[in-house]
Amino acid sequence: MQEFLNYLNSNLTPGQAGAYLWVVIYILIIFAAVSLAVIAMNWLERKILAHMQVRLGPMRVGPHGLLQPFADALKLLLKEDIIPANADKLVFWMAPLVVVITAFTTYIVIPFGPTHAVTDMNIGILFMLGVASLGTLGIIMAGWASNSHYPLLGSLRSSAQMVSYEVAMGMAVVSAVLMTSLSGAGVYGIGPGGGDAIGTLSMIEIVRAQMNQHVWFIFKFFPLGLAAFGIFAIAMVAETNRAPFDLPEAESELTAGFHTEYSGFRWSLFFLAEYAAMIAVSSIAVTLWLGGWMRPFPHWLGGNAWDTAFSLFPALTFFFLAGLTLRTTVRMPKTSYFKIQKTGLGVFGLLLGGIGLVLLVPPVRDRIQDIYWFAIKVAGFMYLYIWYRGTFPRYRFDQLMKLGWKFMIPTGIGVLIATALVGVL
Amino acid sequence: MEITTLHYLVVAAALFIIGTIGVLTRRNVVIILMSIELILNAVNLNLVAFSRLYGLHGQVFSIFVITDAAAEAAVGLGILIAFFRNKETVNADEIDLLKF
Amino acid sequence: MPLQELTPVATPYFFYGLSAVAVLSAIGVIMRRNPVHSAISLIFTLLSLAGLYLMLYAPFVAGVQIILYVGGIVVLFLFVIMLINIERMQREYQFNKQWLVGLLAAAVLGVLFVAVYVKGQSIFPQHAVRFPEQLNTQQVGKMLYVDYLLPFEIASLLLLVAIVGAVVMAKKRI
Repeated sequence: MQEFLNYLNSNLTPGQAGAYLWVVIYILIIFAAVSLAVIAMNWLERKILAHMQVRLGPMRVGPHGLLQPFADALKLLLKEDIIPANADKLVFWMAPLVVVITAFTTYIVIPFGPTHAVTDMNIGILFMLGVASLGTLGIIMAGWASNSHYPLLGSLRSSAQMVSYEVAMGMAVVSAVLMTSLSGAGVYGIGPGGGDAIGTLSMIEIVRAQMNQHVWFIFKFFPLGLAAFGIFAIAMVAETNRAPFDLPEAESELTAGFHTEYSGFRWSLFFLAEYAAMIAVSSIAVTLWLGGWMRPFPHWLGGNAWDTAFSLFPALTFFFLAGLTLRTTVRMPKTSYFKIQKTGLGVFGLLLGGIGLVLLVPPVRDRIQDIYWFAIKVAGFMYLYIWYRGTFPRYRFDQLMKLGWKFMIPTGIGVLIATALVGVL
Repeated sequence: MEITTLHYLVVAAALFIIGTIGVLTRRNVVIILMSIELILNAVNLNLVAFSRLYGLHGQVFSIFVITDAAAEAAVGLGILIAFFRNKETVNADEIDLLKF
Repeated sequence: MPLQELTPVATPYFFYGLSAVAVLSAIGVIMRRNPVHSAISLIFTLLSLAGLYLMLYAPFVAGVQIILYVGGIVVLFLFVIMLINIERMQREYQFNKQWLVGLLAAAVLGVLFVAVYVKGQSIFPQHAVRFPEQLNTQQVGKMLYVDYLLPFEIASLLLLVAIVGAVVMAKKRI
């Protein structure tokens, strides 16, 4: 027991320290958090998309549709499980499993803080890219096993798109990894010169390199960091089959593509895997370019006063959310129909306020900093995903492939070569 | 029992033999190509097992082997597709004409 | 940053488990009637081999294996299997006429391996070189670019030739 608690004082990730019980605890926490995030994303997507389209979205199920995801989950669990007649049962069963397992395995190396990763592999970013490419296999298996031409075409298109944009993602990632070892420093000369920095593929070390070089890689070598980030941001949307690259699963084109024949719980596994993959690739983008768990301006606005000011942000965020919720509660219609909804929403608002108060306590405040900044940046990316879905029209498949091969890959290679040149000179 | 290099070599030998049986006995050319991939993987396991004793050269060589396997699989499947377009079969013993 | 060595946990269990999965999936690759099932067995073999590479302190090779082999080559195989219509070929006989000779040849090969391993045991060095796991990628990278630069460039040229060749072979009209 003492050894179990001793781990809290060490400064290694549990995988490196060999504390396997903590590894299991971290994995359970990550699993619960990702499931909660997927539930929240479901609600947020429908509401935000609706508000972008000047309508209200789900309003009936709970107060302002807050219980809609739970109703959806319940419906999907109770639906009949249909397997098509001549489908290959083993492969049909295995396809959602492969997609979900690969989507969740990438969370092992995501650094939520300097020691808050399940483990810090030497090949962190390579492992994440590799396991993300395993998801393609699940999609191919799903399309093949359904024994019908819509899913087959949808899965072929989907996997061709994913494979094409993986190359562009790889180029962008390599140019970011290159920046960890180049001492060219900030916007051409601002910040410390690095000296003999060793490049690294480990996720925690990449964020440490950004800390040591006093610059987020998105701002390093000015247009190049931004260009690499832009390429990765577009490629990651294509990699997860989201709008505007979602032709293979658009309902008007291919009747839901590779997951047409899946019903009930199996479909919800694909859905879960898609959102988990979105969060995972957003985490890669945040770690590589946006400084991971670093708060804004750690060196320029350094010192104890600024640290304390920035450490109040988590509590302030929750207070803001609680304020919004309570304001909505007060403005609800006063008829007796809405009494239950009003009390429910009020309780939810008070709960958010309570969490905010807990986050004001100094020990919790210090520990929650890294995780909070990481989560806020990933949440920004999730909002971007929903924004893209509400704004852009869909790419036709040949336009999509042309963009991937003829624009993304040459630009990615160009950015890589330019980064190497600028860094060495 | 301590796991020595010999254990890894035995596993690699078993994979190599299974791959050889696949190449020599199956009719479907796609399965033959997959068995060739098995053989290459057995060689890789051998290389990496020995690299633990002799230094990192084994790992570097195995990276080259993986690269070559990718190139060879691509070209082999391209040939298969080109042949399939002409003769509609993927059985190795029906591909027996020198000229169509 | 202290250099860490990954202390293996339950090594014999992982080794026996992974090699059992590898060998059984390899048997599945050559024995299954349906090529898609063979491809999936190949995926299991490749993934268990990646696990064995991790146990041999070669994380970079394991990562490369997962990305290139499982995420690239097997995807290529599955694409080709789906594009050519092999439904009716599954009902034909799967093994060719000289299966007995093939088995005999493989058995002779097995005897040869056993002979080599039994006789050659004395040449293995008794101790393992301990290189720190945290620097594996950096050391492999340095070796690739310093000692093996020419093979590296030749490999890139080989990949270019393979890309052009595969595109030319698979086109309908050149």
